[in-house]
Order: sequence, then structure tokens, then C-alpha cells
Amino acid sequence: MALTALFFYLFAGVTVMSGLLVIVARNPVHAVLWLILAFFNAAGLFVLLGAEFLAMILVVVYVGAVAVLFLFVVMMLDVDFASLRAGFIRHASIGAFVGLVLLVELIMVVGFRVVGKASDVVAGAAKAPASTGPVLTNTEALGRLLYTQYVYFFQAAGLILLVAMIGAIVLTLRHKEGIRRQSIAAQNARTPAAAIEVVKLAPGQVIVPSGERRG
Amino acid sequence: MFPTTFETWWDYALWLALTVGASLLLLVSLLVIIAFLLLMDRKVWAAVQMRRGPNVVGPFGLLQSFADLLKFVLKEPVIPAGADKGVFLLAPLVTSVLALAAWAVIPVGSGIVISDLNVGILYLFAISSLGVYGIIMGGWASNSKYPFLGSLRSAAQMVSYEVSIGFVIITVLLLVGSLNMSAIVMSQKTGIGTAIGLPNSFLDWNWLVLFPMFVVFFISALAETNRPPFDLPEAESELVAGFMVEYSSTPYLLFMLGEYVAIVTMCALTTIMFLGGWLPPVDIWLLNWIPGPIWFLLKVTFVFFMFAMVKAMVPRYRYDQLMRLGWKVFLPLSLAMVVAVAAILHFGGLAP
Amino acid sequence: MSALAVYAPLLPELILALGAMALLMLGVFRPEAQEEAGRIMWLAVAVLLASGFAVLQGAGKQQLFDGAFVIDSFGRFMKIVVLVAAAGALVLSFDEMSERKALKFEYPVLVLLAATGMMMMVSANNLISLYLGLELQSLALYVVAAIRRDSTRSSEAGLKYFVLGALSSGMLLYGASLLYGFAGATSFEAIAAAARSPGAGQDLLLVFGLVFLLVGIAFKISAVPFHMWTPDVYEGAPTPVTAFFASAPKVAAMALFIRIVISMFAGVQPQWQQIVVFLAIASMLLGAFAAIRQTNIKRLMAYSSIANMGYALVGLAAGTVEGVQGVLLYMAIYVVMTLGAFAVILAMRRDGTAIEDISELAGLSKTNLPMAFAMAMFMFSLAGIPPLAGFFAKLYVFMAAIKAELYTLAVIGVLASVVGAYYYLRIVKLMFFDEAGQPFEPTLPKERAVQWVAMVLVIAFVLPIISAPLVEAAAAAARTLF
Repeated sequence: MALTALFFYLFAGVTVMSGLLVIVARNPVHAVLWLILAFFNAAGLFVLLGAEFLAMILVVVYVGAVAVLFLFVVMMLDVDFASLRAGFIRHASIGAFVGLVLLVELIMVVGFRVVGKASDVVAGAAKAPASTGPVLTNTEALGRLLYTQYVYFFQAAGLILLVAMIGAIVLTLRHKEGIRRQSIAAQNARTPAAAIEVVKLAPGQVIVPSGERRG
Repeated sequence: MFPTTFETWWDYALWLALTVGASLLLLVSLLVIIAFLLLMDRKVWAAVQMRRGPNVVGPFGLLQSFADLLKFVLKEPVIPAGADKGVFLLAPLVTSVLALAAWAVIPVGSGIVISDLNVGILYLFAISSLGVYGIIMGGWASNSKYPFLGSLRSAAQMVSYEVSIGFVIITVLLLVGSLNMSAIVMSQKTGIGTAIGLPNSFLDWNWLVLFPMFVVFFISALAETNRPPFDLPEAESELVAGFMVEYSSTPYLLFMLGEYVAIVTMCALTTIMFLGGWLPPVDIWLLNWIPGPIWFLLKVTFVFFMFAMVKAMVPRYRYDQLMRLGWKVFLPLSLAMVVAVAAILHFGGLAP
Repeated sequence: MSALAVYAPLLPELILALGAMALLMLGVFRPEAQEEAGRIMWLAVAVLLASGFAVLQGAGKQQLFDGAFVIDSFGRFMKIVVLVAAAGALVLSFDEMSERKALKFEYPVLVLLAATGMMMMVSANNLISLYLGLELQSLALYVVAAIRRDSTRSSEAGLKYFVLGALSSGMLLYGASLLYGFAGATSFEAIAAAARSPGAGQDLLLVFGLVFLLVGIAFKISAVPFHMWTPDVYEGAPTPVTAFFASAPKVAAMALFIRIVISMFAGVQPQWQQIVVFLAIASMLLGAFAAIRQTNIKRLMAYSSIANMGYALVGLAAGTVEGVQGVLLYMAIYVVMTLGAFAVILAMRRDGTAIEDISELAGLSKTNLPMAFAMAMFMFSLAGIPPLAGFFAKLYVFMAAIKAELYTLAVIGVLASVVGAYYYLRIVKLMFFDEAGQPFEPTLPKERAVQWVAMVLVIAFVLPIISAPLVEAAAAAARTLF
């Protein structure tokens, strides 16, 4: 459909453009904002593919949570871009070389294949099984696969996240001594009987508050 | 609701025109309603404090919001010299556009929705989680410390409460078995009320079955939209006006507008998920005759009224208490509820 | 409940993962105290042993989750070695960490999770389970390397390991995606079938995928030229952690390596054989020569482990049942020798600080003869001197290489082990013939226990009653892959 093609080029074009701007932006905060735009357009591409669940999850997870934390960190850190750039120029040649080698490999590998076996690709696409059985929304389809055939991978990925969480806590959490923390439960449990001391005072008599007596 | 098969360019044009027209209709009525809700907010607040509230422009001050609009638009926008100009101006736009975009999937009546997405609620959740960007960008671009602090607070706050909102949505989805907004409403036709012999009544709605989640959602919605008692990003006693310090004129208006649209969106979401959307509360002829959108509007207004009352009556939270509530109370509670609801549905054989 | 019986082959992994989570909860909700952490460490050892017991209960070859998870005698053998190595490393950690008051309950939990990852690697039969297992293991190891977060060297080790590890994971993923593109499936069987088709060896997609996948795994076993991280990480990480690094993860990665080349790339043996031969030769030579100049015992052990991986790969290069059997035996014996050597290194302690200089071992025989003797046995064994276990390990892999007509490889291997013998024997000379320095603190009981058990095993391997069951099990395990 012409309209789909139009939107594809729109989303794809903006994704690539903003991806490029992520790395050339002078200001790290701007870079993150471009990154967000790139995510957004990637989500648009997912919608075009009919994978609206993935599109929404991409937005919720990457744009709504991950990128917010990125932005948070970048804003707080105040990264010195000038010094980073100096290193960039120094290592640019090596990086470009490695990138070039990978690109050439990719072209060799994929290029030959596409040229050589274009007919196979088309045949393969035609061969793709038409959906059988009742039509599922892609949320349901994903759920069915994820919790049956792929449950092992799903749980393994969960374990990886658990390790990441434990790691983050082990490496950063410090229990400082001598900090007085608010204990909401203790505050709520406080009653007038425990907190107030009623004292009959004769004229001229001096009392020491109970709190001071303890110390 | 519009043609879905396209054969000629004429079909495209027709579809485009219809969609644009419907969107405009929805947005205009939404904005007008918000103008009056804003007034209501102020009136309720005033009434609680035994004041009169706005009462000069128009009868009972009814046109106050429109006067404010004119005032904001006609004033000169001031942009601080050290500000990042592009981001500074982009921020309020992002806030208001995103807030309005959420309404694309909200069904105000049976079949009356711009786009009946089958992942509607996820879309809404995604869009509402983006609201934070306007605030962060605005705070950062102002290049001034109070806005920056305000935006940092806001980012942390919204990300924290999104988690519990997400879990609440999941409990509702477990009950409904669909991510489609209309399906969520329609599933509330049967429920506890039907079971005890009062079909099609307000007892069927989710608020009763999921009462704890209803409360969690309501409070999280307050936090998510930076409403009092969680309005720490703009706490005037600590941060002057938080992320909005440097804003004036139309950009300020857009922020304000975005914020109120977001609040109404949250009210609408509460209505759809817990209060039966456009369904009438009792199954009698007269009430059934009243069109769905009216019921929807009434319910949204009711939820908004509760928002306004909370604002008027509850003192502001301290920041660490806010974080504690989000992470140590709501998150475990809603997580436990997801497990409990899933277990009951599964082992009770009630899963949709 | 009968529906759950299908998952019985997964029981060892389940025990580990659930045990780790239970211990985590225990650690979080109990008061924060050294004794508490120590108790959790013992419980973790118990969980590892329980899992090992569960592994032994299985029989035959079983697959789960559409073949994503496979368990056979090969997997069982490797899993037992992994679990024993992890349990040994945990027992070793106990004394050192409690001496320093640095017991953290997260450490045993992370070790358990890393062990879960390793088990998944051993059982991986699909590119996705391969990657997930590998990543679970690596992520836990990155954290463990940096666990002494107030020490700059430990943090540096963790960071270095993380950055290079992430790079290698990237390579592996690149390779995996190329292979997926080649075969159109992620399961090893499907890729193997595609690789067996005529002309597959000339397909660049397959060859590049193979290379990148093997590079990623070669990094994990620290084969040259992907070894750069090893000395630094071994030196920087806390010594008990280094003992762990040197043992269990190597076994798991080697198991993965074997399963991939033998069962997935059986059809393109000439292609992977070149790579494995190169890795083996480079590792053996570099391990032998670079170790000579080391003064730090942990760095020495790092180069020693690089060289040992080279020797193990010699057996794999053969690509025969005998070769794989040799590798299995090599890894089992290597784990025992390494843990024993680290038990000695951990016992090098004076005034509460760990000593890592090789020269400090001088005259150990006069101050602490049992320890010196044990260390001498490990060094002789690592050098491959008969009749110790290390000799047999090398014998098996070199024999396999000769049978597969890889004469050059075998000759280079023997030469490299002669060079390697120099630095192992230098330590023995230091301990027995040099002037005694200040004595070390007395060896703590658990370290001594590991030293002695390892020593007895290393010496007694010559007796058929010890070696025969192991050789038999390794042979049976190797046969299941062909």
C-alpha cells in the first residue's frame, strides 16, 4: 500500500536521522533526546509491521523508563564532552577500521547471499505459513509462545535481571552508621500514654525531663 | 468507525477528513470541558477554604478560564538568556501534545472512539509515561536551579508511581482478558452485582471487586499527575514554582493545559477501568435512556471532584515519604494483588 | 503434579535457582552479621551438593522445551565437575573472607546463580539458551569480581572483566545472528543439519558465524588471543573469587565449546579444527612463555590457566571420542589441581594480610612442610610430571591428538609443557632449597582440608581404583556426543 510505504520511509528516515544526531550532537542531553525520538520511530515501524504490542512495550520500557533514567544521569553527571571528543578523534581511525572490516564482512556475507539466492528469498517469503487456527491478537500470540515453548528462556532472562539487581545493590548500597531513620511504624504506634508524662509539680520544685535522665 | 478498505484516493481523503473532523470535535469539546473543570477545581478549593473563588468574569465566574486564556496568550513570553531555547520551547509543547494524544483511544461511549486500538490501554500507559519528558526538558532547559531540582523530583516521582499504576492495570487486565478499552468497559456489565441479583448495576463495576487496587490507582494517579498532596515538583514553599519558574505566557499556558488534560485523562482512565465507563449505574429505563457520553462525563466529573477535594484537604507529603509510599507500600501491595488475582482467577476457573 | 514430572530433568537447575532465591531472602531478612553470612555460605554449599545429587539421579538423554535444554551423560559429567568446583571454591572462600570480616551473604548467592548459568550453558542446545546461560554466568561473575568494592583493584578487575566480557558477548551474538541467518533456526540440531548439507563449508555466512561464536567462547575460557583480561582480573579480584574464576566457569565454557563444535559443527570439521588448533597452540605457547617472568603468584596462575586451556583444546582439536574424553578428564583434573593450588595461595597470609609474591614462598618447607609438600605436588602435577594426575591429563589429550594425526600440535604441546615445567619447578625449588623467610600464619582448617583432599586426589589418580571410574565416566560422556 502506498500509504504504508510512505509511513515506512517517514519512520525509517527519522529513525536513521535521529540515530545519527545521537552521536553527533554536541550536548549529551540533546543526544538523549534524539535517542528518544529514534525509539519512538522504531515503535512506529513496529506498528507498521502489525506488532502493536511490541511497539507499545518499546515505548513504555525504553522511552518511558530507560531513557528517563538516561536523561536523569546525563543531566546530573554534566559529562565533559570536550575531553571525550579528544579521545574520539584519537581512536577514530581504529574504530573506523574495525567498523569498515565488519561492514565489508557483512556485505560479503549477506551481499553474496542476496545476489546469489534472491529467488530463494522470494520463495521463502511465499512459503511462510499462512496463520492457521483461530486468529489471535499479537498480544495473545506472544503470551502463548512466551509461557509455553519459551518459558525456559523467559525464566532465564528473569534470573539474569535478578542477578543484575543483586549486583547493583551489592556494589552500591552502603549502610551508614549513625543515621537516624524515620520509622513510620514506630511513629504510628506511639500513644499519648507512651509519649506524655504528666507530672504534678509543687511550687519551686525542679524536674529533670525523662529523656535527659536516660542519657 | 470509519471505512477500512481503501480502493481509490477518494477513500483515503474521506477517511482522512473524517478522522480529522472527529479528532477536532473531541479535542474542542475536551478543551471546553477542561475550562469548566478548571473553574470547578478552583471553586471547590475555595469552598473548602470558605472563600468565594472566581466570581467576576461572567455569571458565577463561569468565563474565568477563558479570560485567563486570553491573558496568557496576549502576554509576552520571556525566555531566560541562559536557556536552551529550542528545548525550552519544546517542553510545554511535548507536555500538551502528549496529553491530548492520549485521548485518541479513550472511548467516551459505545463505539465512540477515534481509534479502537486492541492494545489501547498500553497505548494510554505509554503516552502517560511520556508526560515526564515535558517536565524534565523544561526543568533542564531553564538553566536555573529550582526548575532543575523540580524536574529531578518529578522524574523520580513519576517513574516510581508508574510502576504501581502498571501493576494495577495488570490486575484489571487479568479480570478483563483484553487490552482494548471498550472491552474493559463492556466486561464490567457482569460482576458481583449480577451474581447477587442486581445485573447491570454499579455493583458490577471493577471498583468493588478490586477495591484495594482502586484506592492504589487513585492515589498513584494523583502522584503521576503531580497533583497535591504529591505536587513536590512545583512545591512553592521549597522550589518557588518548581519546573515552571522560568515559564510565562503561552508556554506556561501549554504546561498548565497539559497538566489538566493529563489529570482528566487519569480521571477518564479511572472511569473506564473501575467505574464502568459509559454504563449507567442502575438498570432502569430512564437511566438507560441517557446517552453513554453523558454518563461518562458525569463519572469523570465525579472523579475530578475527588481530585479537587484531595487537593483542598490534604497537606503536602515530604519527598522521602512520597518515595516510601510508592516503593515500600504500593509496589508490594499491587504486586501481591496481581499474584492473588491471577491465582484466584486461575484456580477458581474464572479466567476470561 | 504429574504434569510437573516432565520437568524432572531440570531439577538440578531448579534447586540451584530456587536455593539462591531462598538464601537471598534469608540474607535480606536476617540481621546483617558475619555469622549469618557464614551460615548462608554453608547452606549454599549444601544447595550445590543437593543439585549435584539431583544431577546423578538422571539417566539417558532427555530434551525439554523443544530441545532448547538437553541433558545427557556429557552434560551430567560436566555439571558434576562444575558443581564440585563451585562448592570447593565456596569452601575455600570461607576462611579468607571471615578472617577479613568481609563475608557477604550476596557472595554465595551470586555464586549459586553463576552456577545456575553454568549448568544452563552445559545443557544449552539452542543459541538462545546458550546466550542466556552465558550471560547469567558472566553477569554474576562481573559482580563477584568487584565484590570487594572498597578495594580499587577489585573494582578495576570487575570493570575490566565487564567491559571485555560485554565485547565478547557482542561478538558471540553477532556470530549467533549470522548462524541464525544461515540456518533459519536457533536450535543446534537445525544448524547442524544445515551445516551438514553439501557445500556448507564454503558458505561465508556459516564460516563467519562459526568464527564469531567461537571467538566469544574463547574469551570465556581465556584462550589466546582473547586472554588479555585474565591476568589482570585474576590479580585484582579477591583471591577466593579468583579460585572460583579459575575453576567452574572454565569448565562450563569448555563444555559449551565442546558441544558446539562436536554436535553443531560436525559437518564443517576442517573449518573449526583450524581455529581450535590455532587457539591451542597460541594458548600453550603464550601461557608457557609469559608465565616465566611473573612475580605475582596469582598472575602466574592466570598464565597457567591459559596454558591449561590450550592443552585441553588439543584434545578437542582431535575431534574424536578419545579427544573429547581427554578434554573431560583434563578439565576434571585441572579443577582439582587449581583449587588445591589456590588453597595454598590463600593460606599465604602474614599479619592478616594476603601475600601474593612468589618470592615469599622461599623456604616454605622449613616453616610449613605439609603446605610446601602439597604445593609441590600441585606444581609437579601442573607441570605434567608422572605419576601425578596432571601427567595423565596431558597424556590423554596428546594421545588423542596423535591418533587424529595432529603430530605438529602434539609436538608443540609437549615442548610447551617442557617450558611450562620450568616455572612450576622454580616454585618447588624456592620452597625446598632457598633460605626461609618469615613463616606464614598457621593454615586455617578449611583451607588445609581442601589442600589435602586435592593433594590426595592428585597423587592417588595413578591408582586404577580412583582413576578408572572417572575415565570410564568420561568415555561414556564423550560417546554421547557422537
